[in-house]
Amino acid sequence: MTTASTRPRATNAQRAFPLTAMLLPPALRQAHRPFRILERHWFVGKTSFIWIILGGFFEPFFFLISTDLGFGGLIDDIEVGGTLVPYVEFVAPALLAASAMNGAMYETMNVFFRINFDKTYESMLATPVTVGDVVIGDVLWATLRGAIYSVAFMAVMVAMGMTSSWWGVLMLPGSIVIALAFGGVGLTAATMLRSIEDFEYVPTASLPLFLFSATFFPVSAYGDLGWIVNLSPLYHGVALLRALNLGQLSWGLLGHVAVLLAIAVVGVSVAARRIERTLLT
Amino acid sequence: MDTDEPLIRARGLEKRFGDFEAVKGIDFDVHRGESFGFLGPNGAGKSSTMRMVGAVSPVTGGELRLFGLDPATDGKAIRARLGVVPQQDQLDEMLNVEDNLVIYGRYFDISYAESRAQARKLLEFVQLEDRATSKIMPLSGGMKRRVTIARSLMNDPEILLLDEPTTGLDPQARHVLWDRLYRLKQQGVTLVLTTHYMDEAEQLCDRLVIMDEGRIVAEGPPAELIRVHSPREVLELRYPAGANAEQGPALEGIGARQEVLPDRVLVYADDGEAALSEVHRRGASPESALVRRSSLEDVFLRLTGRTLVE
Ligand SMILES: Nc1ncnc2c1ncn2[C@@H]1O[C@H](COP(=O)(O)OP(=O)(O)O)[C@@H](O)[C@H]1O
Ligand SMILES: [Mg+2]
Repeated sequence: MTTASTRPRATNAQRAFPLTAMLLPPALRQAHRPFRILERHWFVGKTSFIWIILGGFFEPFFFLISTDLGFGGLIDDIEVGGTLVPYVEFVAPALLAASAMNGAMYETMNVFFRINFDKTYESMLATPVTVGDVVIGDVLWATLRGAIYSVAFMAVMVAMGMTSSWWGVLMLPGSIVIALAFGGVGLTAATMLRSIEDFEYVPTASLPLFLFSATFFPVSAYGDLGWIVNLSPLYHGVALLRALNLGQLSWGLLGHVAVLLAIAVVGVSVAARRIERTLLT
Repeated sequence: MDTDEPLIRARGLEKRFGDFEAVKGIDFDVHRGESFGFLGPNGAGKSSTMRMVGAVSPVTGGELRLFGLDPATDGKAIRARLGVVPQQDQLDEMLNVEDNLVIYGRYFDISYAESRAQARKLLEFVQLEDRATSKIMPLSGGMKRRVTIARSLMNDPEILLLDEPTTGLDPQARHVLWDRLYRLKQQGVTLVLTTHYMDEAEQLCDRLVIMDEGRIVAEGPPAELIRVHSPREVLELRYPAGANAEQGPALEGIGARQEVLPDRVLVYADDGEAALSEVHRRGASPESALVRRSSLEDVFLRLTGRTLVE
């Protein structure tokens, strides 16, 4: 038997969507079974899921309570897009964005163990499951955790009267996009960690992100350096959710969504390539 | 696919890791229903070969086809038809025994109910039905191996790849495994296994290749390999510590050939007892002597000048 070519054949999806074929690396294009990976994670996580949900409630609860009690009375209303809003309503959506980020990032840190200790991926890859399935499955699972955190957080926000517009409902899909982006970032980060000691760098990177993404003060407070804030992935999430919470819809919001989605695609692609190079040698 | 086309066909197959060549151009065919082995010491390139055959490790040179398909382009389709028992078990420690199999079946898109039923059936086959809800950690090495074998059968594979199925197990656990593998063979499953135990190769393989330093040095059914490469019997002589090497001149000309090992001297002869009489007649009597049949170990020693297990 002779084969004319060693190039992978184009799949139907590629023929139908040439753009996807250009943007996505081969590993992702071959993904058809990511939900099998979600199923595996559900089997592993179903017994402890309730704790993740509870954790999702308590973290924002304490955050919002302390902000409300602590800063609420001290700080004047803040001007956002021409309207004055109470400080708590200014900060709450930003904390929601951070919560979606954290939910997704915590979850992806498990990926480090799956690659280096549990050998979970190696046995998956001996089956028709591909690296693309694995990374997409993992990023969806991380997004799910981010989404759960967000729902819990929003419930607390509503209960404490920190929402001001019905458009705020859109903060949920907004949070999911944020979780997707940071799922991708976390996945790539997890493939770069060399040992357990390296976990110490994770807060080193995420804390400044949390503090300097126009989370606690408006971009104007950064003066001439305001443009730098745009480089923070979290800022795009904060700006998106803040506008949605206040019902200040504009086309500009789609720009933030696009940035977050692009981060997700890059994160997942880089992770796929790195996992492929580590495991499929 | 032609009916006489081999299930696996390798020509000049190579595996390179950077500058290092682990597999240096090997040729082999595996036919349907056959039980085929790679016998060789640690580092011979057995696992590297198995991982290429398993379509998880890219081929770096030569040609490899499974079911007539190329792993580089049809990896998924190939893996769907293989069962894999890797050298390390790689069981999912986060799941219990039965769920390990059920979830693994799901990776092949087997329906949930079917996967559950298949898992129960296979746990029975490997005699672990009473451990279905156990965690992986507390299982013995032999039990984990059996779970891995059950897992590899979830998709009713046409070829079962076993990389050192019994290494590190005690003799009793090995016999239990051999018995299960023998049954699979009888059911017509094509087995491809690697081992550095000659008894395992003799027990399980219809045909095998002997591998050393990335090359195939001999090929054939075990009995034929022994017949072709070694006289029928081996006389093993043990002299006092350190004195084995000095026996050369005294034993010269006895049997067809001799090998001096650190702990004993081997005399290859068609009639071992006659050779022993000659040793005594020359006054070179050892501390102990033993006549046995030639084995694959002797074939390996003959072809490479080294022993299989250090
Ligand atoms: N991923 C790898 N990177 C570099 N060298 C490797 C890798 N895998 C195996 N090798 C080397 O290739 C050689 C053959 O290894 P292997 O195929 O595992 O042999 P065997 O299974 O026969 O013991 C060994 O020298 C081993 O160190
Ligand atoms: Mg090996």
